[in-house]
Amino acid sequence: MTAPTHASAPAERVAHKLLTYRLEQFGLIIVWVLLIAVFGYLRPDTFLTWPNFSTILGSQAVLVVVTLGLIIPLTANDFDLSIAFVMTLSSMLVAVLNVNYGVGIGWAVIAALAVGVAVGIINGLLITIFRIHSLIVTLGTGTFLHGATLWLSDSMTISGISPSLMNAVIVDRLFGVPLEFYYAIVLAALVWYLLEYTALGRRILFVGRGREVARLSGINTDRIRVACLMASGFFGALAGVLYAGTQGAADPVSGVTYQLPAFAAAFLGSTCIAPGRFNPWGATVAVYFLVTGITGLVFLGFSSFIQEMFYGGALVIAVTLSQLVRGRQEQQF
Amino acid sequence: MVRPPAAPDAALRLWDLSKTFGGQKALDKASLEIAPGEVHGLLGQNGCGKSTLIKILAGFHAPDPGSRLEIGGADVALPLAPGEFRKYRISFVHQHLGLIPSLTVLENLLLGRLAERDAWAINWIAERRAARRLFANYAIALDPEARVADIAPVERALLAIVRAITEMDQKGGVGAGLLVLDEPTPFLPERDVDRLFQLVRAVVAKGASVIFVSHDVDEVMEITDRATVLRDGRVAATIDTRAATKADFIEAIVGRKLAAMAPPAPLAARGPSHAVVHNLSGGTIEGFSLDLAKGEVVGVTGLIGSGYDEIPYLIYGARAARGGTLDIGGRGVELSKIKPGDAIRHGVVLVPADRANAGVIGPLPVADNVTMPTLALRFGRWMLRRRAMTAEAAEMGRRFEVRPADPTMLMASLSGGNQQKVVLAKWFQMAPKLILLDEPTQGVDIGARQTVFGHIANAASAGAAVLCASSDYEQLAAICSRVLIFAAGRVIAILEGAEISKEAIAERSLGGVRSFA
Repeated sequence: MTAPTHASAPAERVAHKLLTYRLEQFGLIIVWVLLIAVFGYLRPDTFLTWPNFSTILGSQAVLVVVTLGLIIPLTANDFDLSIAFVMTLSSMLVAVLNVNYGVGIGWAVIAALAVGVAVGIINGLLITIFRIHSLIVTLGTGTFLHGATLWLSDSMTISGISPSLMNAVIVDRLFGVPLEFYYAIVLAALVWYLLEYTALGRRILFVGRGREVARLSGINTDRIRVACLMASGFFGALAGVLYAGTQGAADPVSGVTYQLPAFAAAFLGSTCIAPGRFNPWGATVAVYFLVTGITGLVFLGFSSFIQEMFYGGALVIAVTLSQLVRGRQEQQF
Repeated sequence: MVRPPAAPDAALRLWDLSKTFGGQKALDKASLEIAPGEVHGLLGQNGCGKSTLIKILAGFHAPDPGSRLEIGGADVALPLAPGEFRKYRISFVHQHLGLIPSLTVLENLLLGRLAERDAWAINWIAERRAARRLFANYAIALDPEARVADIAPVERALLAIVRAITEMDQKGGVGAGLLVLDEPTPFLPERDVDRLFQLVRAVVAKGASVIFVSHDVDEVMEITDRATVLRDGRVAATIDTRAATKADFIEAIVGRKLAAMAPPAPLAARGPSHAVVHNLSGGTIEGFSLDLAKGEVVGVTGLIGSGYDEIPYLIYGARAARGGTLDIGGRGVELSKIKPGDAIRHGVVLVPADRANAGVIGPLPVADNVTMPTLALRFGRWMLRRRAMTAEAAEMGRRFEVRPADPTMLMASLSGGNQQKVVLAKWFQMAPKLILLDEPTQGVDIGARQTVFGHIANAASAGAAVLCASSDYEQLAAICSRVLIFAAGRVIAILEGAEISKEAIAERSLGGVRSFA
């Protein structure tokens, strides 16, 4: 039984609560700035340079897009473990169609995006029609797609993708930062708008937090869940297109390494900006926080094993933190 | 409050018990004395401190310094460590019983013992035999091999209590045994509550004591010897049950006299048809038809398994019906095809009984909960006006008397009664034509109950027809102008106007089962 402490809480306590809330909201950003300061102090000549930052901002746009794709079904309480495999398949499709079959780059991109959406629909239908947990369905379809990608590419890296894609993604710059960074920011804004300011976004949240309540409130929960997985399929494919543009080539395996960082960023992001909720700005900040950490450690001389350790550790810590945020919120805020 | 002098042989004595949460006193020098071999009621509205008191005994909360506890005449240091209550032969049964549905009765029975002690060679044959003997001792027909998910709700409650008794008996600790039943009855129909009471009597007959926590004054009057009523963290009264009337209890709980509940004046003549159900079949229900007039409140009830509680969900499309139609607003709706969204579009709304899972989203704010069905209609589908949503939620909170009046609070932090008011506000704002209710005051304290009744009456007089499924006969008698009584999926009796009383409904419900047995 909760005593009604809220009504008569003194102003001081309210102020204190607001302060802790603000700290939580911007905590990650503060830690990020501190991290930059520390690395900047230790390696002022290499770390604290504009080229380094523009590389970080540009090259990690792909990860931002994957993470944005993830948080949509996560908000509806569904996991999409196939997203990184969709991304790899999509980049490979762009390469195979464009390089091996001479399809125009525009059409190749459209085909890749369509395949992403189709995978999302298949995931969604399997989950909602047969009532299988999304973890299992997407683990299966993801692994299946990974095999398909290896088959499609004959396990080879395919290079020689039309330079117009590279120009639009990484070569052309605004304020010295590749365009793909701005694409990612625009997408984050769109997702933020969708989740916060549309009835559809609220419904996704309702489905995630109280599925039966949502159903009895007249929401077609199955349709919402399928739509969310379609969105994550689309974002996964889009990330694949950006990846192909960034590398100018597609390889059948490296996209898979985006899976774990994306989950780490999604959960870490849910501890800030809008604590307790998966949110796109939090996710974006989290991606750059993680990458800053890794880049800094590499500059300090750690070899690449640090990447795995950092991402893996961050995922566990992020989930722990997000659990703490949620748990406290449930007691009372 | 003058405390009675210490009885040397009290099974349990608590006094000067205080507990402060964030500056707010949940308990304020409360006292409680349980005599050996007595069933002692603990009553009060939501927020009165009875849960806090129970949690202090369970070692879940530490009381404020100065609080005192005595068990079997011996001083016990507070706070109790979690689980320390076992040393004093105290055992708890909470409302949610603590059973694992997918495991068998026997596995659940042994749960506590296996969780606590290692066992490297469980003799299942002997355990099964012991369980059978135990159930026979208490005259309970339970199959140790049955899955808990498959047995009736009352049998689950009985199992939980028997398990608590065995745990209480096994520890050779201090005291004569104290069983704490923390609201074990709200999900049970009246007839089954009697079976539970027989078990309680068997427990005290063996010398143990029972604390019976409940919302239901009738149950407390039936089973307890004495009762302590808490209000705002203080003891409002300690009542000798035999010498007290129901009015005494209610006055102590609420702190004011309630106006006697007069049944609503029966409609002189039923108005024209407003919502008509034809030949509804689905689940247990067979061929149910009903003609509802504007402003009418019709109750459906019966014993457990009679199917009456499925009707709201079948009409709403929350569960698939086999067949039937609903005529509403001049249109016919095929009930085997209806989905909740269609029902809402036709002006039908549902207030489900399972508030925690189907009624509210606890981790979201009140404002989100209450604006859920009107989001796209009123606040701009692709550009939500968030401030308007909060303002409207605040306004609705005022109209439906939701406390505390802050729409940004999380739903889960509200009491049961206030959550239910939010659910009513959420649906009644749509000016529905047909309102379907299932146990609208379950887990709602007495004060809020009156408010809920008032809102139902207002919605009816605003032009809705109301169908209320409930096993609370007193509630049906208070709000309905017609009550349909079910057995085995069919209507077996109809009471109207002045015929309706708690006793009449009970009699017909029980009569029905006999004729079908």
